[in-house]
Amino acid sequence: MSDHEHDHGHGSELSEMQLRVRALETILTEKGYVDPAALDAIIETYEHKIGPHNGARAIAKAWVDPAFRRKLFDNASEAFASLGTPGGTAHLIALENTPQRHNMVVCTLCSCYPSATLGLPPVWYKSAAYRSRTVADPRGVLRDFGTELPADTEIRVWDSTAEVRYIVIPMRPAGTDGWSEDRLATIVSRDCMIGTRLPDPGGTR
Amino acid sequence: MNGVHDMGGMDGFGTVKPEENEPVFHAEWEGRALAMNRAMGFTGAWNGDISRYAKEIIRPDEYLGSSYYKRWIIGLEWMVVDNGLVGTDELAAGHALRPGEPLKRKLTPDQLDTALSRGSYDRPARAPAAFKIGDRVRMRNVHPKGHTRLPRYVRGHVGVIERVHGCHVFPDVHASPSREEDPQWLYTVAFEGRELWGDAADPTLRISVDAWEPYLERP
Repeated sequence: MSDHEHDHGHGSELSEMQLRVRALETILTEKGYVDPAALDAIIETYEHKIGPHNGARAIAKAWVDPAFRRKLFDNASEAFASLGTPGGTAHLIALENTPQRHNMVVCTLCSCYPSATLGLPPVWYKSAAYRSRTVADPRGVLRDFGTELPADTEIRVWDSTAEVRYIVIPMRPAGTDGWSEDRLATIVSRDCMIGTRLPDPGGTR
Repeated sequence: MNGVHDMGGMDGFGTVKPEENEPVFHAEWEGRALAMNRAMGFTGAWNGDISRYAKEIIRPDEYLGSSYYKRWIIGLEWMVVDNGLVGTDELAAGHALRPGEPLKRKLTPDQLDTALSRGSYDRPARAPAAFKIGDRVRMRNVHPKGHTRLPRYVRGHVGVIERVHGCHVFPDVHASPSREEDPQWLYTVAFEGRELWGDAADPTLRISVDAWEPYLERP
């Protein structure tokens, strides 16, 4: 996104996009098509309720609970539903990272993403750079995130071209023995679940 | 259509730039843009495949020059006009000049869980699947002028069926004027990196797309 699109908070200096979006909302509201209170509620939900913490919780559970882990790979939609994750999770598939295989998810055609589970995608996921390069040079993309993998690890890229949604289940890192589920969840970042970073028990990402 | 949205394998867009502590929205209007798209989608005036097509037909220079949510607004403006819900005179005036058209549903805050839940795209099969796991398939070399989910970088290439997902709503027809669901078998087809990118490709790379049966042929 270019800088001039940003809202710098100057209430008197409405950007072209603010004006354009407000006009459209006015029209749709006056014509009775949308309820502004419903729009507020959608924004509130994505800002505070649906987010990567839902996925992190499930992965931490899969690391400590073998039965849940099996359920996750057998039917991720049902596994997430069993945790009471808000938002329907139809056609969700969990991808298992192993020492031999690392998974990455992309949508080259638009921005398909497991939003019902992980919230809205970050700007980089929707960027031309990520959408164009991930299918041809995934190791180069991983380097943009500071992620290096062994040269013989298979890199498996999933282009989300249908309504199937993919979530990467990273390997539990060494040095986390005895950690509680809650503590484990803190090291599972959104980017780990897309496949561009690895859980880092010594860091915050 | 062979649009600029079909980005797989293109060069020149530079490095990926992750943003630390990224906010959900970078401006207040982005949240309104997302919410209006969701609320209008809920009315049933169009479907998700039409919504994708609305962005694909943005002129390539405008597509590349616009931020993500700006594209959503350009697409939404096109859809409300194309569906006869808003006049271009109203867009120019910035307010309604006529009463609204009747719509099937209107989103209210109490229906939010339904509105944000993902429905199923699985439909009953009308015929047995033509392919099974392990089959080699070639992606058809076709260039539809309308909406398609068959990326250019796999057309003409041979892959292997890795998963069978059942019969799903077929976007190419769902986004067409008929808006019919025309369910088709959906598969995950995996390719070796070298099949798509030549001998210089990373030998450890495998890529998959999800592809409906009409995209596939026997090699």
